[in-house]
Amino acid sequence: MWSLIKVELYKIFSRPRTYIAFGAIAALIVVIQLGLKIDGDSYASFLMKDINDTLTVDGKVLNGYLICYILLQLLLVHVPLLVALIAADMISGEANLGTLRLLFTTPYSRTRWVLAKFIAASIYTILLLIWLAFLALFVSMWIFGTDDLFLMKSNYVVLIEQNDVLWRYVGAFVFASFALLTVTSLGFLLSSLSSNSIGPIVGTMSAIVFFTILSTLNIPLFTLVKPYLFTTHMNNWKEFFDIQVNANNEAITGSILNIPKIKTSIVVLTLHIILFVSASIIIIKKKDILS
Amino acid sequence: MDDLSFEVQAGQVFGFLGQNGSGKSTTIRMLLSLIHPTSGQIEIFGKRIEKDREAILEQVGAIIERPDLYPYLSAREHLELFAKVRKQKIGEADINATLGKVGLAHRAKDKVQTFSLGMKQRLGIGIALVHNPSLIILDEPTNGLDPQGIADIRQLIQYLAKEEGKTVLVSSHLLSEIEQVAHQILIIHQGKKMVEGVTKELLDPEKRIVQIKTTDDANALKVIAAGSFSNYLLSRSEGIYLKIPTREIPLLNESLVKAEVALLGIETKNSLEDYFLQITSNA
Repeated sequence: MWSLIKVELYKIFSRPRTYIAFGAIAALIVVIQLGLKIDGDSYASFLMKDINDTLTVDGKVLNGYLICYILLQLLLVHVPLLVALIAADMISGEANLGTLRLLFTTPYSRTRWVLAKFIAASIYTILLLIWLAFLALFVSMWIFGTDDLFLMKSNYVVLIEQNDVLWRYVGAFVFASFALLTVTSLGFLLSSLSSNSIGPIVGTMSAIVFFTILSTLNIPLFTLVKPYLFTTHMNNWKEFFDIQVNANNEAITGSILNIPKIKTSIVVLTLHIILFVSASIIIIKKKDILS
Repeated sequence: MDDLSFEVQAGQVFGFLGQNGSGKSTTIRMLLSLIHPTSGQIEIFGKRIEKDREAILEQVGAIIERPDLYPYLSAREHLELFAKVRKQKIGEADINATLGKVGLAHRAKDKVQTFSLGMKQRLGIGIALVHNPSLIILDEPTNGLDPQGIADIRQLIQYLAKEEGKTVLVSSHLLSEIEQVAHQILIIHQGKKMVEGVTKELLDPEKRIVQIKTTDDANALKVIAAGSFSNYLLSRSEGIYLKIPTREIPLLNESLVKAEVALLGIETKNSLEDYFLQITSNA
């Protein structure tokens, strides 16, 4: 199995297309970091303008931790589109090239090949996330320094001490990996249905946009299906940055406000991954390879 | 496919013939478990493909129709990748030997996107050979090759069968190539078996089909009709054709010359091609 995964990884990283996503993420992050480095104080003043009369915040608000949070808010919506570029091409791209028959006439079952391809696409997804984490978190920490993380939520503010922040990012990135692997598996499923790459790539992107809209609309009819949509759960990495408070309204270090919500989201996303990959295996096993 | 049944003997070259759309590639895809047959069974090396697929495919190398490859990988990378997905150990020396065998040693490091169709075809054959299989299935292996390339593949097929004892199943529309290499042939038409047998026996080497080219066909036909050659005359509108014992061809030539027929030539036609056309047009 490992040899099949190595073959798939070799193919993924031999293609120029693979590096588009890494380049796009780097370009976006560098541009945002540069902008905030040059004009960060104005941005911080803008953020604080509504609460400046009631709250005084000491220290450096615009630090590496906040920059990372801002970047994740912006990018974790768009990274799935970059993931789809590779995942949705894994099977359909080979069907289009005609190379699928080369793979399926080797002495390994189609199930093994499909699993190897999914694992390779997942490794690509995780590497993309690690790249994002490195640039968004560690480079931001290096450029902007560290301090307490001050977040403004819709109707309250959260202040997390700087020594209580880093593990939350680790948790957030681990959670994000589940979210992105769900996108990988969806792209993979659509890829197994097609003989060209464009359809599955556009299909994956469209599905994400469609379900994200359903997840955000507060219409009673959609409320029923919302808990089962993977897009409802993809943004719950933010839960790692909601903190419990004690009776004196003081933050409890090391606490998370809603752990069950995170657990539920991980279960729902994992079930989606299992469902999508299983469906891909069944489809490919039954398929006649004609291309 | 309709009730197709055939056997390929170990160590022989088996020619698989049929018109476009006759079902050759479909059959080959079924042999390689790319297509699931609706009924019937396939046995290779005495094992059933649906039960022992992996064990069978370990000993099979194949190219199917077109040489579809990864344009962003080199010839060597292709062989290295496909060597990795074989269970036996395939080393650098084996890969170099395969590159040499298919004449791509000098282009080993070049990306496939720079290759001609013929070179891709040869690399496809290299992938089929790299793990030293017992059975080699070649579907139209000479597609896109120049005359020298076709001759090279013919020699390679003969070498694999004679020197290495491989079983080769080869389909091709180049009937003269099949005739030169195949011990056995199978002709299918519209998914049905038309004929199967030993090439030499089917083609009857004692008899040849010849075309007589003259400036005066009417006179030539008179000579043929008057002599003992009339029984060999074939009814064809496109010229004078005879199916004649090989030993009598000089006598036919002599008779025509004596009768002062302005002879342009006596051409021996490709017998397999003729046989193939006869079989498929009668179907």
